[in-house]
Amino acid sequence: MIPMDGWAAPTTEDFIFHGPAGLDWLNKPMIQLIIAVVLVAAFWLIAARKVKVRPTKGTFFLEWAYDFVRNGIAREMIGQGYQPFVPLLLGMFSVILISNLFGEFFLLMFPTFSNIGYSWGMTIFVYIMYVGMGFKAHGPGYLKQALVPAGLPAYMVPIVVPLEFISTFITRPLTLGIRLFANMFGGHIVVIVFVVGGSYLLTVSNNLVYNMGGVFSLLFSMVMMGLEVFIGFMQAYIFTILTTQYISSAMHEGH
Amino acid sequence: MTPMEIVGSIGLVGYGLAAIGGGIGVGLIFAALINGTARQPEARSTIFPYAMMGMAIAEALAILGLVFMFVKG
Repeated sequence: MIPMDGWAAPTTEDFIFHGPAGLDWLNKPMIQLIIAVVLVAAFWLIAARKVKVRPTKGTFFLEWAYDFVRNGIAREMIGQGYQPFVPLLLGMFSVILISNLFGEFFLLMFPTFSNIGYSWGMTIFVYIMYVGMGFKAHGPGYLKQALVPAGLPAYMVPIVVPLEFISTFITRPLTLGIRLFANMFGGHIVVIVFVVGGSYLLTVSNNLVYNMGGVFSLLFSMVMMGLEVFIGFMQAYIFTILTTQYISSAMHEGH
Repeated sequence: MTPMEIVGSIGLVGYGLAAIGGGIGVGLIFAALINGTARQPEARSTIFPYAMMGMAIAEALAILGLVFMFVKG
């Protein structure tokens, strides 16, 4: 048996931070979010000034990243009239990506969106925006367009309308927010488990097998962090593409 | 003496079971994406966003499971 006294399993307490006295809101995730926003704003502002007619390697990378969001996400999903959303989507993608990568960055080691409040903030913004875009594009007719699919027989309307309402106005924002949070939270807690458990096994005295298990566990936490980098990219992409899809379905008929 | 006592919520086990469905669904979607891309590589950029959307919808059930796990404690 592994001696279990002195062992404290990682809990959700590890995700609660406190700011300096009197400024409790200025805790670690908040500071990280501010850093992320400043970094992204500075990066794209400076990058936009440096774009030259004769491209360098840097320009090529910037244009590739911009093109990825503009053509790969916005134009592909929204189609006609996608231009006003490109800055928003690009900013959103960059901030989420940077925040997710903070979870693997050795000074911070905490993905901002693994605190659910940040995820909800982002989601409420998206929710207000796509519902607003729907009403802007169709007026009150947006409700009919969103709730009654085209070509639905009349007797099906009472069944389908509540389902469509739940799907469009409740499940969509709920899953959008929780998906980002849950992926970041889950990934981070897996890394914590491997690191805390590995270092605990490493300090068990007089048992070489446990110590080797600890070394293996610490090494494996690095592998999990590599997976987290991939998931960070993935979730930033999914959040952006779903936002785009919701806007698109609010703006256009018959999706 | 019990060698190791397990305490906590059975909701965790329920969430584990609920995640099976979402896992199978996501697996099927990506299998279809790989299949489609292998058969017609130039269609990749067209089907990729739809695969992501399908994944989001399939994953929604697993996410709801996570929520209910916390709701029921």
